Amino acid sequence: MPGLDLQLLLHGQYHDWLLAGLLVALKLGMLTIACALPLAIVIALMRLSPWWPLRWLGSAYVELIRNVPLVAHLLFWYFGAPELLPDAVKERLYAGSYEFVAAAIGLTLYGAAFMAENIRSGIRAIPAVQFEAARALGLGFLPAMRRVVLPQALRVTVPPLLSQAVIMWNDTSIATVIGVGEIMYQAARVESSAFRSPEAFGFASACYLAGSLALTAVAAWIHRRWPVRTL
Amino acid sequence: MIQFDKVNKWYGDYHALVDIDETIAKGEVVVVCGPSGSGKSTLIRTINRLEAIDSGTIAFEGEDIHRRGVDLNRLRSRIGFVFQQFNLFPHLTVLQNCTLAPIEVGGARPAQAHEKAMALLDRVGLAHKANAWPAELSGGQQQRVAIARALAMAPPLMLFDEPTSALDPEMVGEVLLVMQGLARDGMTIVVVTHEMGFARDVAHRVLFMDQGRILERAEPHEFFNHPQHPRARQFLADIRTPFARPA
Amino acid sequence: MIDLIQTYWVYFLIGQYPQGPLGGVVLTVLLAALALLLAMPIGLALGLARVSPVAALRRPVTVLVYLVRGIPLLLMVFWIYFYLPTVTGHKTDQFTTMLVALVVFDGVYLAEIVRAGIQGVPKGQYEAARALGLSHARAMRRVILPQALRSMLPSLVNQFVSTIKATSLGYIIGLTEASFIASQINSQVLVHPTAVYLVLSLMYFLLCFCLSRFAFWLERRQARRDLPRPARSPGSPTASAASSA
Repeated sequence: MPGLDLQLLLHGQYHDWLLAGLLVALKLGMLTIACALPLAIVIALMRLSPWWPLRWLGSAYVELIRNVPLVAHLLFWYFGAPELLPDAVKERLYAGSYEFVAAAIGLTLYGAAFMAENIRSGIRAIPAVQFEAARALGLGFLPAMRRVVLPQALRVTVPPLLSQAVIMWNDTSIATVIGVGEIMYQAARVESSAFRSPEAFGFASACYLAGSLALTAVAAWIHRRWPVRTL
Repeated sequence: MIQFDKVNKWYGDYHALVDIDETIAKGEVVVVCGPSGSGKSTLIRTINRLEAIDSGTIAFEGEDIHRRGVDLNRLRSRIGFVFQQFNLFPHLTVLQNCTLAPIEVGGARPAQAHEKAMALLDRVGLAHKANAWPAELSGGQQQRVAIARALAMAPPLMLFDEPTSALDPEMVGEVLLVMQGLARDGMTIVVVTHEMGFARDVAHRVLFMDQGRILERAEPHEFFNHPQHPRARQFLADIRTPFARPA
Repeated sequence: MIDLIQTYWVYFLIGQYPQGPLGGVVLTVLLAALALLLAMPIGLALGLARVSPVAALRRPVTVLVYLVRGIPLLLMVFWIYFYLPTVTGHKTDQFTTMLVALVVFDGVYLAEIVRAGIQGVPKGQYEAARALGLSHARAMRRVILPQALRSMLPSLVNQFVSTIKATSLGYIIGLTEASFIASQINSQVLVHPTAVYLVLSLMYFLLCFCLSRFAFWLERRQARRDLPRPARSPGSPTASAASSA
């Protein structure tokens, strides 16, 4: 491999492209993680609801989303969904940068399905007797969840949720499939323009590894600061 | 048969075994009792080296067993160990659990091992369950199979680590009965247990431990009726009158 | 949507075969199966290294696992696509690229599955085996691994599901797998993108859902066969966090 040209990364046009890609990826990643979490909590609670239609809806959501790859999701949201809208709306969508929106929708829904499962596992890890004890004291379903079960479940759930966040950060790479200008898109662009890929892909690798390292460090810190306390 | 000489063990800063000196003769049945955390399980586990020691020596059949170069697997095949949690192998049948060691370690032929195992299962009253899976047995039955498994290599010494503590009360008796049978047949036995009835009726000696030391050694009659050490007295009092108000 | 399926189902299923390379759904499944199969010995070796008491074995593997899981699979595909030809001296086609990427991906995830399987066998089992006089190797081979491998089966099926989904990345490098074929169909039909991509999603859903149900059934069957815990054993509820693909 010819020597790495770090100058490529530090100045000039390619530098701008790659940096822009990183910014887009960061925006996409943070947006989707922030939106997926509340949605996931709702889905998890639906799946644990005593009312069967809600339970069924929650399960259907998780199974339908989880069993389809992200690529297919994004293709659907970008190419398939607008078809269902009236033409005027559709044209306006494609005129703007709809690909970012489509990616955000797809990634959020996808990530929420996995997060919901992590949350549900976390809640189920808390012995059922805790919930029973809360109900026996007179608390309703939601207050019992909110005051007794969820606080305990959250501590247990944080590591898998952070691990899911790492996955979601890495999944932003797939947005390239519908043309979102994130890291992979820009790296491939640099490659086809300069016929040199190690710097661009090296940069991409560093971005993703840094994100993963940062989130793992946060998980370790949280675990030390708020350890899981069981009986 | 077993000789402890100034044995000490630490877990980090915690002194788990303190200056243990003791001799256990062939054919003796010794019960080790004491409050939780007294080191009784640790002590018994040092005999087959499931635990290491930090100073002193433990001799088994005259040999220092904690020195380097000891054939660990051969040592363990001469000591039978029964766990509190039974630890039967769930992926093997009852019979296979009992023939595993003789075949793998003892080099016995399957047919021979099979025969011996069946005889042992018969001795513990479970010959009819030879082809059952451990998951199909009750706790008491599993523990009896565990005893048969430990006996399969014909060890001269049997160690029991709280063998009945994980059992429902109605199954304790069947296991103690098997252990009593072994004692009558002259097996050297060391048992960690809370079952005072067994200690009184079957043991030749009782060792009372607290905080890593052996505080009292006496014959059962002496120990239960005239305990010497204040901690031993306290322990026996606690067992006998659990609802007594604290002094 | 029905005519769409009627017209294109063969193309969707097997691509241009026999007039061209194998493609479509069949390619997806074959690629995933082959990758998983080839990755198993790697996963077993890496997993055993991960639990090894020998640090020289354990540490490099831990680093490798961390690196591979820290970057997106797509990035790995790109690395391989652009650099494998340099390393091997031959031009590599998309199938080989995806296969190598998936084998590495699966190998690392399988290593984790093997590690979890081995560490999931209760500690007492190893102690009991050693207490009987079995050596470490014999104890692993006759007592620990059989139990570990059995408990790993549902995770293996789930990993197969993950791999099937991962094949969709082949679209980006032009491999004629299911998603790519669907897009080809879409560019021919033009006016029914919703239908095309719905059918694509439905296909994945049916395939993966059935497999994950199978994995779930395997898990249930195992739980029934497992030893019931002895009464009054001390235990704290341990969280089993579900892992996502």
